[in-house]
Amino acid sequence: MLGRLTVDALPFYSWVAMSGALVTVLGGLMVAAGLTWFRQWGNLWSEWLTSLDHKRIGIMYVALAMVMLMRGFIDAIMMRSQQAVSLNSDGYLPPDHFDQIFSSHGTIMIFFMAMPFLTGLINIVVPQQIGARDVAFPFMNSVSLALTAAGAGLVLVSLVIGKFSTAGWTGYPPYSGPEFSPGVGVDYWLWAVLISGVGSTLTGINFVVTILKKRAPGMTLMRMPLFTWTALCTSVLMTFAFPALTVAAGLLALDRLLGMHFFTNAGGGNMMNYVNLLWMWGHPEVYILILPAFGIYSEVVATFSAKRLFGYTSLVYATASIAVLSFTVWLHHFFTMGSSANVNAFFGIATMIIAVPTGVKVFDWLLTMYRGRIEFRPPMLWTLGFIVTFVIGGMSGVLLALPPADYLMHNSTFLVAHFHNMLIPGALFGYFAGYMYWFPKAFGFALDERWGVRSFWCWLIGFYLAFMPLYVLGFMGMPRRMEHYNIALWQPYLIVAALGAVLILIGIIFLLVQLVVSVRQRQGSLDRTGDPWNGRTLEWLTSSPPAPYNFAVLPDVRDIDAFHDMKARGVAYRKPDHYDDIDMPKNSAAGAFLCAFAFLLGFAMVWHIWWMAILFAAATGIVIVARACNDDAEYRLSAADVAAIEDRRYQALANAARMRPTTDQIFANRPLQEGST
Amino acid sequence: MTAAASAPSAHPRPPALDVYDQRAFGFWLYLMSDAIIFALLFATYVVMVSNTDGGPTGKNLFSLPHAFGETLLLLFSSLTFGFATLAMKSGKKPSLLAWLLVTFVLGLGFVVMEAREFSRMVQLGAGPDRSGFLSAFFTLVGTHGLHVSFGLIGILLMASQVAVKGLTMPVISRLSRLGLFWHFLDIVWVGIFSIVYLPGIL
Repeated sequence: MLGRLTVDALPFYSWVAMSGALVTVLGGLMVAAGLTWFRQWGNLWSEWLTSLDHKRIGIMYVALAMVMLMRGFIDAIMMRSQQAVSLNSDGYLPPDHFDQIFSSHGTIMIFFMAMPFLTGLINIVVPQQIGARDVAFPFMNSVSLALTAAGAGLVLVSLVIGKFSTAGWTGYPPYSGPEFSPGVGVDYWLWAVLISGVGSTLTGINFVVTILKKRAPGMTLMRMPLFTWTALCTSVLMTFAFPALTVAAGLLALDRLLGMHFFTNAGGGNMMNYVNLLWMWGHPEVYILILPAFGIYSEVVATFSAKRLFGYTSLVYATASIAVLSFTVWLHHFFTMGSSANVNAFFGIATMIIAVPTGVKVFDWLLTMYRGRIEFRPPMLWTLGFIVTFVIGGMSGVLLALPPADYLMHNSTFLVAHFHNMLIPGALFGYFAGYMYWFPKAFGFALDERWGVRSFWCWLIGFYLAFMPLYVLGFMGMPRRMEHYNIALWQPYLIVAALGAVLILIGIIFLLVQLVVSVRQRQGSLDRTGDPWNGRTLEWLTSSPPAPYNFAVLPDVRDIDAFHDMKARGVAYRKPDHYDDIDMPKNSAAGAFLCAFAFLLGFAMVWHIWWMAILFAAATGIVIVARACNDDAEYRLSAADVAAIEDRRYQALANAARMRPTTDQIFANRPLQEGST
Repeated sequence: MTAAASAPSAHPRPPALDVYDQRAFGFWLYLMSDAIIFALLFATYVVMVSNTDGGPTGKNLFSLPHAFGETLLLLFSSLTFGFATLAMKSGKKPSLLAWLLVTFVLGLGFVVMEAREFSRMVQLGAGPDRSGFLSAFFTLVGTHGLHVSFGLIGILLMASQVAVKGLTMPVISRLSRLGLFWHFLDIVWVGIFSIVYLPGIL
């Protein structure tokens, strides 16, 4: 009746796992209690869970990412503290539990922290940057969120019911096959990855169409803001790389469920085929994570240097060539597979070539700042911290790109240091910069800057303390993922790394403090104009938070920095003569249902509860068929309603101008200088 | 075509039409990402074709007349879907429904033939768990068969939408995308015939 699910699935095997489960359950209960206490269930359902507004979907993505960041970081600090104390001792984590922790840390940070974070930012910003009213497929957007959330739910539930995978976030067979991992752990990993992977493919398709088909009049490809360009390249990568993950995970699932022989030792399996398939997705994935952050840095650096981005064209070409090259380097993740020297040389050289466009970008950002009027606000600090730190990580990457050197450093903590050095400054700092940069746009008030600065310094110093020792340890021969060790020379470095993790913990706490402080003091930081930073791109033309339709009249784009150009011409805040009716997507509960059904389907597959799997597969199918018959997906906002909303906006703008001149008025009184264009 | 129709219009296209353009483009992107799934399954098959683990090979298992029969059914179903599309474009609802029905019957015949082939192989002890080669074979051909089965559900769904709602814009747009899907599966099958069955038998 319940497949493999028995009462033994509860985590009584270790007190640490038990407390993790309790924290998860209590966290869920507290959220539910809070919603009940403040009577917010109805609001949550009608304004958020069923909403097809790209801005709300984006905010939900970012909220999911923040929650998963906490969970993934708890894993990280547990590993660091275990390794700090486990010289010639077992520490406090049993090996089986330690292995689950490093597997879930990687899985969560890649799939359920970084992916939702960047997808959320793209969702909030890109339609506004291209002057569109919504994404091309608003309903599919909510399905993507639903599938991502369902996958995240499976990972969270694995903490309470059963165990998570011990096969690392990449799940290499044959260890992850049925012979060596017969339990449910790998299945939790597989179904979480499969379900959320479909969501990411759909996101990719959605934003390729949105960006290519829904741009405002006059916005040619070479006038798109850099963040939109990186979002386009990332979406292309999502559309064409995620199928490889689906295939790799799908075939492994067949091995485990039906006893097939794709990746087994016996029966004619070929486990290296898995590694190839996985990294055909995995390497483009690195750029899926990093490119949007590059876009954010480009926006931030231009805005806070009050200058046009230096080398716009070269940045666009660099982004596009990184996207193409990202498909040609996957083998550098396993030079030690033992391919011929020629094959390894090809991939080694391709890997070094990909550093070239990245270098171009770094120079473009530096030259944008050159002779700019730089404002050191938190988004800009994240950007500066990124530029310095990322270059170090890039150079360690060029070292690893040499196949003979890689043979020595493969699977050592040098590698761990390298990719954290790419992904923390290269991706996460960018998301934080974007979070602080676009927060006023999404919510209508700015985040507190003092706590932002404090958090930044904790993260930056904490990062160096946590990962520079790992470079050294790698050269000293320490392999990654060690539960305990007997070499006394390593311990001082591991203690420093643990201190770095503590500093990052303080950085995360400061992020939360910043949020609480900012919400409490929001009356003092309201963004009345919609343009708090003197921005250059179209998202700052809308009010903060924007009306559901973003733009009452679609903007007419004449330059790369369209909004800056409109302010310079004095037309940014010109009131239109009349408004038209606007068609907007109706709310739909189907996304929320699909989230529940996909989660239950995955759960049933993990525990081999076949009747439940069939039931929820059928339920999923019925929801999709019902949606495919729906011809009534939009409602019409009348011109009078639009006029009422816009009149309030112009009233607010006029009030703000009495307190502070709008940028149009500033421009009108001042001749344009070279440095300001 | 008249001069007025080909001249660039002074008025932008109504947004309602753009929506269907966008859906068609999005569907092409989906097909391209699906094509990558098939490409990787093909590559996996080619890598594993000799990993028979001492078990049966393609030469022992595949039957050319059977595969040829499947091919004929699927190719003709693509042709009849083409006729259905023509009927849709000229607004002939009964003829459209008739061609969709013929397509459905041909597609169903294909799925039945494939199911019989699979069950015969399993009975011979050549199931997907016998060897890496057979795992790759069943997964590649089975994934295609699963797509055809979903296509059959789609044909039933769209035929009923045509019958109930008539040839409205949303229905025409969905039916065109179903057509793309159906022809795409035809192309994939041509790949399967030439990479799996022909080399297996020759």
